[in-house]
Amino acid sequence: MNQQLPWLHADRVQALEQALARRILVIDGAMGTMIQSHHLEEADYRGQRFVDGFDSTHVHGDGCGHDLKGNNDLLLLTRPEVIASVHDDYLEAGADLVETNTFNATSISQADYHLQHIVYELNREGARVARACCDAFSAQTPDQPRFVIGVLGPTSRTASISPDVNDPGFRNTNFDELRGTYREAVEGLIDGGADTIMVETIFDTLNAKAALYAIEEVFEQRGGRLPIMISGTITDRSGRTLSGQTAEAFHASLAHSRPLSFGLNCALGATDMREHVETLSRISHSFVSAHPNAGLPNAFGEYDETPEEMAATLHEFATSGLLNLVGGCCGTTPAHIKAIADAVRGVPPRQLPVFAEEQAA
Amino acid sequence: MSFQPRHTVLSGLEPLVITPELNFINVGERTNVTGSAQFRKMIKEGRFEDAVEVARQQVENGAQILDVNMDEGLIDSEAAMVRFLNLIASEPDIARIPVMVDSSKWTVIEAGLKCLQGKGVVNSISLKEGEEQFLEHARKVMRYGAAAVVMAFDEEGQADTCERKVAICTRAYRILTEQLDFPPEDIIFDPNIFAIATGIEEHNNYAVDFIEATRIIRQTLPHCHVSGGVSNVSFSFRGNEPVRAAIHAVFLYHAIRAGMDMGIVNAGALPIVDELDPELRERVEDIVLNRRADATERLLDFAASYKSGSGESGVGSAKADEWRSLPVAERIAHALVHGIDAYAEVDAEEARLMSSRPLDVIEGPLMDGMNIVGDLFGAGKMFLPQVVKSARVMKKAVAWLLPFIEEEKLRTGEVGKTNGKIVMATVKGDVHDIGKNIVGVVLRCNNFEVIDLGVMVPAQKILDTARAENADMIGLSGLITPSLEEMAHVAREMQRQDFHLPLLIGGATTSRAHTALKIDPHYKAPTVWVKDASRAVGVAQSLITKELIEPFMDKIRAEYADIRERHKDRGNGKRLVSFEKARAQRFEGDWANYQPPAPNKPGISVFEDFPLEAIVPFIDWSPFFNAWELAGRYPAILTDAVVGAQASELFADAQTMLDRIIKEKWLSANGVIGLWKANSHGEDIEVYNTDGSVLTQLHCLRQQADKPVERPDFCLADFIAPKDSGVEDWIGAFAVTAGIGIDAHIERFQKDYDDYSAILLKALADRLAEAFAECLHQRVRCEHWGYAPDESLENNELIAEKYRGIRPAPGYPACPDHTEKATLFRILDATARAGITITENFAMVPTAAVSGWYFAHPKSQYFVVGKISREQVLDYAGRKGWSLLEAERWLAPNLDYDPE
Repeated sequence: MNQQLPWLHADRVQALEQALARRILVIDGAMGTMIQSHHLEEADYRGQRFVDGFDSTHVHGDGCGHDLKGNNDLLLLTRPEVIASVHDDYLEAGADLVETNTFNATSISQADYHLQHIVYELNREGARVARACCDAFSAQTPDQPRFVIGVLGPTSRTASISPDVNDPGFRNTNFDELRGTYREAVEGLIDGGADTIMVETIFDTLNAKAALYAIEEVFEQRGGRLPIMISGTITDRSGRTLSGQTAEAFHASLAHSRPLSFGLNCALGATDMREHVETLSRISHSFVSAHPNAGLPNAFGEYDETPEEMAATLHEFATSGLLNLVGGCCGTTPAHIKAIADAVRGVPPRQLPVFAEEQAA
Repeated sequence: MSFQPRHTVLSGLEPLVITPELNFINVGERTNVTGSAQFRKMIKEGRFEDAVEVARQQVENGAQILDVNMDEGLIDSEAAMVRFLNLIASEPDIARIPVMVDSSKWTVIEAGLKCLQGKGVVNSISLKEGEEQFLEHARKVMRYGAAAVVMAFDEEGQADTCERKVAICTRAYRILTEQLDFPPEDIIFDPNIFAIATGIEEHNNYAVDFIEATRIIRQTLPHCHVSGGVSNVSFSFRGNEPVRAAIHAVFLYHAIRAGMDMGIVNAGALPIVDELDPELRERVEDIVLNRRADATERLLDFAASYKSGSGESGVGSAKADEWRSLPVAERIAHALVHGIDAYAEVDAEEARLMSSRPLDVIEGPLMDGMNIVGDLFGAGKMFLPQVVKSARVMKKAVAWLLPFIEEEKLRTGEVGKTNGKIVMATVKGDVHDIGKNIVGVVLRCNNFEVIDLGVMVPAQKILDTARAENADMIGLSGLITPSLEEMAHVAREMQRQDFHLPLLIGGATTSRAHTALKIDPHYKAPTVWVKDASRAVGVAQSLITKELIEPFMDKIRAEYADIRERHKDRGNGKRLVSFEKARAQRFEGDWANYQPPAPNKPGISVFEDFPLEAIVPFIDWSPFFNAWELAGRYPAILTDAVVGAQASELFADAQTMLDRIIKEKWLSANGVIGLWKANSHGEDIEVYNTDGSVLTQLHCLRQQADKPVERPDFCLADFIAPKDSGVEDWIGAFAVTAGIGIDAHIERFQKDYDDYSAILLKALADRLAEAFAECLHQRVRCEHWGYAPDESLENNELIAEKYRGIRPAPGYPACPDHTEKATLFRILDATARAGITITENFAMVPTAAVSGWYFAHPKSQYFVVGKISREQVLDYAGRKGWSLLEAERWLAPNLDYDPE
């Protein structure tokens, strides 16, 4: 990315870098898992503004309503206090960084609910809600400032893979479409007060390249930038992303964005993720992050690795010098995050590698 | 903290890390509508499935990057680019390598970049339309996450001379790295390969211009690469494929040595330079290197005789099938080297019928042939695609033999009870599996069950398989140096995951020492280095047999412990001072009051077939006796009480042989010297061409000994006037040999079982080479450089080095880095001018050879660099453009610390 642009929030970047130099920072856990525990109904999702299943403040082409239950990002507008309470629980558990509830706040994902037009708004509110929670905690624990990670999700489509087995050359999205919606999202995240932008759960690297391109465009337009975080997903034990790349190829494809952190999340539990985290830790000049699932899903699709089990595995990552940032993905709870935070406390963070010549110069 | 080398990393589904070990990156060229009529037709007719097959063949034939070009007036280039890239993205065997998006239209390039999930290459951007446009494109390239080919093209047009090529590339480099922070390793220069021998005189030097520009670009613009479309160079010979291929081979040979490390080449079709018809090679070299005015006519005359041929390019196509009449073992070797698989089975069968066991064919002629392939590859005389073809021949032959081997096993009744189970793999990041396959075959033949996981196998897969299969041991293989680290990684993982299986390590770059120092300490269960395939069975047998394993491992462990102990002792020298302090205590040449002498004959002087009689008086005889383990100094040794009689007899024999050497011209002596302007900066010496441009940089090392202030910490660069002193200074270099023609005589003696004469001859040749160096040095002092015209010293005074000036040699104590010899040879062109070659590890051939630098400063002196600290190694690595790791490898004996 353009290293010549100044930081939009230099003080916060400095605080974050100082914290990263001192210790392993903790990212929060799953949002979806926590929302489920609130047993919200269709009416909760709709609230006042979407009472008829569409946006009452917007002229819809088709005009008819849709079920909105399951559109977790929409809760930012209709039940923001639920999202805030999840952030608070993770901050209480010891998280240094919380991710905005904006995983599906892209036009491609919101199209399922005919709500493409609220992408900017969702991202801005996502950052604002998280910002308020973090600021409140930072005030209580000035030694441990808290940070908002503005999340860009992968969308439900892939720019590298054909959904049509009979035509491998076909695509149901493309670089420019993705770049367009990611631009909107980034604008929202920045306006809402995010400290960093994280492109996460990357299963198709081309989607992520479109996101990074969009981020760069917004930065250029605003004349300032935020630190970028990248987190990919190794889908299964094949050791590849869904689009077929090895961790090393994945890294090579995105290293041009010179991100603050490079890491992996989702799909695998900590144990199976280890060799790939180790790969990134060996080759990356950025900080390394891992936020795995609470094990692999059981027969019911639930995750049942306990906080203690998960923390023990991640403790070994930390003592092996693989980590700068650690957290949880699917199936993790504040109890997991607390156990992980306790497990890595006092363990020195991974040291960044340096080009031989940089040292010599 | 760990240090990483700064390598270009591209990616498809898998990474392509461009390390110096890769030598040369082949860019597949057949998926280019401007270059292939066939491919153009497919695209025009919308036959994209066929087009995808072309891409697949390119990858199978060894392309490491795939160039895709759709520039054709009648095609919607953007749409075709998108369609084709999306199609190949769905083919894992194609998509694993990076794509080079090739178009003269920026919109097509951008459309292509939007389809690549990996890190590809843009081909190309340039200053053609001015800086603004160039910057705009470069910024986009960065934003899309690609590397870029930068053409030597500016507002004035395409660069044709060396000077223009260098100037434009330098300007582009500065703009990219200074204005944009463009990663220098992502810059691939294409300094334009133009057609030579066109009949237009100005074109004759185009190849030389490219080669020389490449040399300068690689030396002066750190981390960048140089690429080009090779087929252009031979354009005027189109229609004569054998001659074109010969031109390509010769051109590439010289361009690669100058630093070209990437290219659009149909590498599978290239002949091997050393195997070209010598006359053809000479004439081709004449046009490529622009060595004579009538070169074009001479090649045209000669080329006519090659026109009819079509098969093996340039290797005497008229007699293409002559090799079929060779004995079967030689035929097998020929087929392996040339990758001809047509006769693999026939020849394997014939060899089998002549052998007592089918296994003998594998262990004999097939392995011998593969060793030749390995040597040629190592020497940069074969390319990866050719090696891939060789492997195919090997595999076909082995496949033919396997049923017979199985049958033999049945006959001997050894079926059903296997000796043990081994999981084998070429480690992640490495694709070389020939050696591993041979080991697999050999082990299988000895009743081991082998589970071969193939190449590029991640650690976890190896370990999971070993667990699932309940294996008895694991075997790791690899050829390239980074595989060493990967093997250590596997060992660490085995320990961490609580494995207890024996671990076998093999492959060309592995060694007992590396295994002992870097792998064995990480893993508690038996870890054994296996030297070659022939040892594999013995090792595996020992590890699997209860009664054998303990004594066997005791021996191995003792060996490794011993190696580690010796290694540890190296660090116990004197304490070093910091690099900074050593620098401050440099030798001062008193540049304000000393005017370095200018030579009488600057530039290169060649001494061909120098009279041996003139050399003999300069012989220093003492080392000759030492070579025979007779201690003492000449001439006193001849009358020594203990060894006098022996020494006299030996000396008499030596004199007799020396007479014959001279009279019968057994040996001839060649030498080359050069004297150039030079200045130092820090520990480097900048050597200049006559026009003041930089010829090369020499890199020196500094002592870091703790000395009293009045005694400097020397560095060779201190003997040359610093750049900022404004003083004009000079440096010289030389390479001499007295060993031309020695092989025939050594062979003659060995055939007669006359070891004595063979050793005597070698020892004399060595002495003559040293004497020749001494003799030339005197000439240089008196005439060529001429700073001591009146010097008159006796030989004993010469031996005592009583003259002014020194001639230190790379690889010796004052400049211990052997790789500097490459620079020395390059600027002297010592191979062409004196007939001396250097191996990839910088040994000189013939062995009776000496090379080094000349320094003239009155106070210049020999010294021993000795141990150096990590900070100096880091600094040196930076100057050499090396990673710390590379520097530590080459400077291993001088390190004052344990790397890592």
